[in-house]
Amino acid sequence: MADEALFQFLHSEIIQYVKGVESGESVRAWDTRETENGRCVSKLENMGFRVGQGLIERFTKDTPRFKDELDVMKFICKDFWTSVFKKQIDNLRTNHQGIYVLQDNKFRLLTQLSAGKQHLEHAPKFLAFTCGLVRGALSNLGVKSIVTAEVSVMPACKFQVMIQKM
Amino acid sequence: MAVCIAVIAKENYPLYIRSVPTQGELKFHYTVHTSLDVVEEKISGVGKALADQRELYLGLLYPTEDYKVYGYVTNSKVKFVIVVDSSNTSLRDNEIRSMFRKLHNSFTDVMCNPFYNPGDQIQSKAFDSIVSAMMVQAC
Repeated sequence: MADEALFQFLHSEIIQYVKGVESGESVRAWDTRETENGRCVSKLENMGFRVGQGLIERFTKDTPRFKDELDVMKFICKDFWTSVFKKQIDNLRTNHQGIYVLQDNKFRLLTQLSAGKQHLEHAPKFLAFTCGLVRGALSNLGVKSIVTAEVSVMPACKFQVMIQKM
Repeated sequence: MAVCIAVIAKENYPLYIRSVPTQGELKFHYTVHTSLDVVEEKISGVGKALADQRELYLGLLYPTEDYKVYGYVTNSKVKFVIVVDSSNTSLRDNEIRSMFRKLHNSFTDVMCNPFYNPGDQIQSKAFDSIVSAMMVQAC
């Protein structure tokens, strides 16, 4: 059980550090809180992207090849999510036209933050790394996508994956 | 014992290609390049048995009079190609599979290295040593 906490602590520290670096760098008068936040989120997302690429290589080493996109998404929801967060995605919805919504009712990285609507404005930073993780995993499996996350009541959150057709 | 080993990215450019230096390297580069066509054909094989499609090991891609070419594709569409000498008929399928396994394990380690950017040439010494162990000893 201890190894779960390790990643959560590291994750919170990464977010604190990136926020610190960004506020340190933004000495310009016209930098608003939003652009700072935006840059934090991009940095975290890019970190998640690279980690996702490496992780997926390790996880798919022994699995047979995937049949199609839906198979890839199911793999992300079940095996990938279980390996990283020790649980599966609770709900996967799709419109069969390239948009998938992954719903996690008890997202591990948000459980420690709050149990309702408190601190909602800080939630996007906590989801950025995971968005990047999913985007990196998908990109290495040959699926170009954009991943965004939204949260209304913690710790439940939804990840929206938009597949980009080349 | 392989004569040439190549790792090809999913955009079909080589990430790593190494051959026994005594013979013309260009010839092996050309062979690996032409074998990519066969790999593509196998990956997108329509009408083949479902079991075939799900495997990572592609098997013998094509034999020529001097050597045989084997292929393997990972789930991230990175292809491994091994060229072996035809005269070395004692090499069994299982041995080739285990060579690919070792390559895949080593490649996964390279991928997880934070200093490696996916898409760059592979310059890892560990990967080099695994490949050298599999190549024919140039005497």
